[in-house]
Amino acid sequence: MTASAGKDGFVLFDHVQKSYDGQTLVVKDLNLSIAQGEFLTMLGPSGSGKTTCLMMLAGFETATHGQILLDGRNINDVPPHKRGIGMVFQNYALFPHMTVGENLSFPLEVRGLGKAEREARIMRALDMVQMARFRDRRPAQLSGGQQQRIALARALVFDPKLVLMDEPLGALDKQLREHMQYEIKALHERLGVTVVYVTHDQGEALTMSDRIAVFNDGRIQQLATPSQLYEQPENSFVAGFIGENNALAGTIERLDGQTALVRLANGELIDAAPVNIREVGQQTLVSIRPERIEFKPENMPPDVHTVEAEVIEVIYMGDIFRARMKVAGSDDFVMKFRNTMGQTRLSPGQKIRVGWHPQDARALDPV
Amino acid sequence: MATPLDPHAAIVAEASGLPPAAPLTTADGQPLARALNRSRRKARRQALLLVLPLLAFVVITFILPIGQMLHRSVYNPGFADNMPRISAWFAENPRGTDPDEAAWAALAADLTEAAEARTIGIVGTRMNYDVPGTRSLFTSTGRQVRGGLEPPYREALLEIDGKWASPELWAAMRTGATAYTANFYLASMDLTRDNDGNITEAPKERQVYGMLFMRTFWLSALITGMTFLLGFPVAHLLATLPTRKSNLLMILVLLPFWTSLLVRTTAWIVLLQQQGVVNDIMVWLGIIGDGQRLQMIYNQTGTIIAMTHILLPFMILPLYSVMRTINPSYVRAARSLGATSWTAFRRIYFPQTLPGLGAGALLVFILAVGYYITPALVGGSSGQLISNMIAMHMTETLNWSMAAALAALLLAGVLILYWVYDRLVGIDNLKLG
Repeated sequence: MTASAGKDGFVLFDHVQKSYDGQTLVVKDLNLSIAQGEFLTMLGPSGSGKTTCLMMLAGFETATHGQILLDGRNINDVPPHKRGIGMVFQNYALFPHMTVGENLSFPLEVRGLGKAEREARIMRALDMVQMARFRDRRPAQLSGGQQQRIALARALVFDPKLVLMDEPLGALDKQLREHMQYEIKALHERLGVTVVYVTHDQGEALTMSDRIAVFNDGRIQQLATPSQLYEQPENSFVAGFIGENNALAGTIERLDGQTALVRLANGELIDAAPVNIREVGQQTLVSIRPERIEFKPENMPPDVHTVEAEVIEVIYMGDIFRARMKVAGSDDFVMKFRNTMGQTRLSPGQKIRVGWHPQDARALDPV
Repeated sequence: MATPLDPHAAIVAEASGLPPAAPLTTADGQPLARALNRSRRKARRQALLLVLPLLAFVVITFILPIGQMLHRSVYNPGFADNMPRISAWFAENPRGTDPDEAAWAALAADLTEAAEARTIGIVGTRMNYDVPGTRSLFTSTGRQVRGGLEPPYREALLEIDGKWASPELWAAMRTGATAYTANFYLASMDLTRDNDGNITEAPKERQVYGMLFMRTFWLSALITGMTFLLGFPVAHLLATLPTRKSNLLMILVLLPFWTSLLVRTTAWIVLLQQQGVVNDIMVWLGIIGDGQRLQMIYNQTGTIIAMTHILLPFMILPLYSVMRTINPSYVRAARSLGATSWTAFRRIYFPQTLPGLGAGALLVFILAVGYYITPALVGGSSGQLISNMIAMHMTETLNWSMAAALAALLLAGVLILYWVYDRLVGIDNLKLG
């Protein structure tokens, strides 16, 4: 949460459930509190329920059970046009038969604002996204990035307290997408508006959000800041979904407070930090980020267990090397190491020993 | 362009940039345009060969007959060809000249010759268009002049029938003497020529076409409006329902399409006639008494109901094809921006359906204007349209020139509407499916 975040519970999902067919739940018991001014991202694979949650918040879907509160008011029965929520759609949804100016004027007209007031607000919103000179163009005459900006301006022009964004950058190319991420983030910080952002792109989520709610199977798997999410995933799904991850299966051999000793399938022992592990003998998946793996003994903590690794391939990626290795029987164990002056070059077939700081290996429940 | 931050802006600017000043050439110095033309020539020739059969078909079966028909509306040689001498006399003497003995002699000679050549009927038919009731004058005179006439011819002919002195008849013969005439168009617009050749209104009892044209256009507009009112919700439903249900509905929409027009029209007769299903049900329900059965067919009501039903798919299909492409997120966006569902429909959804609506309306209207079978079967006398009059001239009075003139006026009316539509909406906005 940034300093701009105000009171908690501005948006509140209270035991919300959603079913489309009466047979299965798309959203299973959702509880989520979003603070005013917060940038919260709902991240998850498709079908995880994140877009359904957004649509319930916008009013296009009704909750099957539970309450959604906006600024302390139950909005379950409030129709979408009375919620005062700005929304940016995946395909921008700019009205094709209207010019940019008319698109922006629309929300102001339906609110009955006078012409002078409308003009002032339209100009302010267009200036905000640096698109003032395109006001008389039709959406079809704009590039994807420009349309994106107009959609953003239109969602903000009536000063909503809450803006929802449904994969707004999905249709842009990589370079433009990254650029728009910073712009949206900057706008959010300048305006102090609350943003609920839906994406399946974890990079996007990590860059922009104050907090991220990782959705899977209709539940929030973890709600945390980007760094917590990446460095301290609470379960195997989050560990696997966010960033690149190595998962080693094994059983807990010894458990004492902050450290655990895990025996892998081939009998080797490794050190790990127990996360949701309760007892010795339990099955576990140990999650280690590729960039936290060391292969030079001088960089490892003393007395740490190491495992044997056979290099299968090394890919040169400019700033880093990415080595795929065979560890404990599986051959998709990845290690990343920086391309520094005098860095040791590895070659396929080479046998090395790898290890890591016990805090970087998180022993999680098996999926 | 936009902002220095937007990498796409630069690409847009480049694409819309000015063309270079000097004409481009290929590597060996030929003008680029000519090289391009040559490289495309073969493909173009193949394309032409592919469309050639269709082109020939259209020319032979469509353009030539229509051209011939249009020609017939201003060309009728029935009199001029068979009555050469009197036609020559008319050419030499200006309008207003009283027929002298030479004229009567020419007429008598022509009549005798036509009677012998058995073409007197054709001549009489032609005259009958302008002066009703004259065909029998020609045929009966023809029977009596076979043996030849003795001068003075005026008296001889008047003895056979006093009608030969009628100035109206002579004015009609003068018109008939030239094969090309605008009279059929005048008649189509309820106008006629008086004996001095001036254009005047036709007698009241013969003014039928103006009223029929008005009725045709008015009923077509009404039917177009009805198909819109009935078809719009159906098209919307088709476009928004899940595929399985919308397919079923689509079959229901198309089913009338696959049924014979005659069967559908007859079905309406069964439903709507005075002893028909609808009246029976209303009597049974007690809405109307047995003595007050409604006349719903063999009048305009019947024409409107049956034609609306038959033309409905032509409105629904273009509307559906346009509505299917309208992303539901537009209406959602409008709703999230604060519009009520009615405002969202009126300002966002409806304007986007206009290309389909325009296409559907144009299709239905043009089809309705030329509709023939349904009004003929269920229209009674008050539900007859101009096409029924054209058919009557084609098959009953055999006045093909008149039929052609009426058809040409109808075609002109439709073309004018098309032009107006193009100016107002733009024909490139049309979406037929």
